[in-house]
Amino acid sequence: MNIIVCVKQIPDPETPAASFKVDEAAKKVIPAQGIPPVVNPFDPQATEAALRLKDATGGGKVTVISLGADSARDAIKHALAMGADEGVLLSDPSFDGIDNFETAVALSKAIEKVGEYDLVLTGRAAADWDMGVVPAGLGQLLGIPVVTIAKAIESDGSSVKVERVLDDGFQSVEAPLPAVVSVSNEFGEPRYPQLRQIMLAAKKTVQVWSAADLGLGADETGSANRWLPLEALYVPKVESNVEIIEGDTPEEKAHNLALKLRAAKLI
Amino acid sequence: MPGILVIAESNEGGIAPISFELIAAARELSGEGAGNVTALIAGSEGDAQQFIAHGADAAIAATNPALKSNLGEAYLPAVQGAIESTGADIVLVGQTSLGRDLGPALAFANKTAVAMDCVALKIEGGRLRATRSAYGGNARAEVTWKAPLQVATVKAKSFDALEADSGRSGSVTSSDAGAEPKVKVLGVSKAEATGVRLEDAPVVVSGGRGLGDPSAFGMLEELTKLLHGATGASRAACDLGWYPPSQQVGLTGKTVSPDLYIAVAISGASQHMAGMSSSKNIVAINKDGDANMVKVSKFAVVDDYKKVVPALIEEIKKLG
Repeated sequence: MNIIVCVKQIPDPETPAASFKVDEAAKKVIPAQGIPPVVNPFDPQATEAALRLKDATGGGKVTVISLGADSARDAIKHALAMGADEGVLLSDPSFDGIDNFETAVALSKAIEKVGEYDLVLTGRAAADWDMGVVPAGLGQLLGIPVVTIAKAIESDGSSVKVERVLDDGFQSVEAPLPAVVSVSNEFGEPRYPQLRQIMLAAKKTVQVWSAADLGLGADETGSANRWLPLEALYVPKVESNVEIIEGDTPEEKAHNLALKLRAAKLI
Repeated sequence: MPGILVIAESNEGGIAPISFELIAAARELSGEGAGNVTALIAGSEGDAQQFIAHGADAAIAATNPALKSNLGEAYLPAVQGAIESTGADIVLVGQTSLGRDLGPALAFANKTAVAMDCVALKIEGGRLRATRSAYGGNARAEVTWKAPLQVATVKAKSFDALEADSGRSGSVTSSDAGAEPKVKVLGVSKAEATGVRLEDAPVVVSGGRGLGDPSAFGMLEELTKLLHGATGASRAACDLGWYPPSQQVGLTGKTVSPDLYIAVAISGASQHMAGMSSSKNIVAINKDGDANMVKVSKFAVVDDYKKVVPALIEEIKKLG
């Protein structure tokens, strides 16, 4: 079965809060010094799901698409090192500052350009904006069913059975193919690329498609055409009301903490 | 005539609390000139009636059985019908399983955007302006909409529900709009409870990479047991194999909001904060007084956890 996986490169969510800075005038995050961007932590699960489904259904092709800066090649290479077959980078100056909705439009055009696909997989959301809207967008724009937040996926090649994660349990659903499925961290640990695979992936070529290659109109991309205009971006002031527990020794501090917690009826 | 449509929902315990919070949010926006408030709920007219007392001007009972699937796709015809009949230009949904599925589907079906997981809403110049967290809580974003219809999902507990007032009146109607979704529901199961679930525990004690040693979790578990809570871990600690991934708290793990969250040797990167920042009381035990976790906590012990945690266990035993 032919599967397309959409991945995104984002600032490392393990970045210490003190290193996180925003350029309020530009309404952009300033990349933290010395902390390289990473693959969105939900995306390797989507790639893992694609690889397992490809094997289970007796072959096919896994194509990885990422929209982003040139550095997003690393996110594609990560998926290729896991075992994906081909990579496409969507890169264009007009993609700078676009929102999740414009991204969904660009990705849907790229998926149509790839052509043959039975299934489109994404992570449940990207951990930077944490919106989780692209899967629904791809479904609507491609005119195919969408199943969100999957912890398990099975397919016989004509339909897909998905175990969805709900707030208080799980829901098992079935959708005809082609379909879009977003994959959650509950799917399980993705495989870790081995050195040999990383070296092989480095040799695989990544195609680069521009806005023009995708047939995107001037009004379909660019930060000025955001569906959800960003009016302000800032680091919220943390009103620190912390009470540092006093004491000359760790034991005395522990004693004082226990008393405070008891007084506050927390223990 | 503009207006606000609230998509309410119910669960096993009746109307979900987020639904009344959404009505309260809509009432505030109405006060700022956003028009009438209409609630839509999958259920009976009796269910719908409750929203009038809680602040809605009108309520619609969506009776089509397809809505029972709780899938966004199944809700679309009923919601579209309500948007047309009320003229609503704002739709509010809870950030729940339904909201995560319906919000984006509704937005794209109307060629408009949805702002997910909003924590504040206001009307400016007759249009909605929403505030939401981004970058795992490290940043706040304020957004508006380009297209006429403005869809937002709202984070739980961002608004206080209004007291029910049985003296309020409003129209209650029903609609059987609905469509058999392309996605078929085969079954639903509840999360299994083994011991105290992390998400339900009133007290959570978590450890991070700063523990420096996986055996330290034994100490945390002892403290946990004493406090009848659950033990969690940061992603970094789970990735090192120090604690099971099922107990990971954070962006890619569980989201918890206990009464008491004790963070031991956890610095407080957004990956972890995303899973526990709504805890009601945070205690940090950390060697580094500048750690983010110390700043956001109510009480902090700035010292070596190896000495503090065993002493704390003894002190709590003494208090009984």
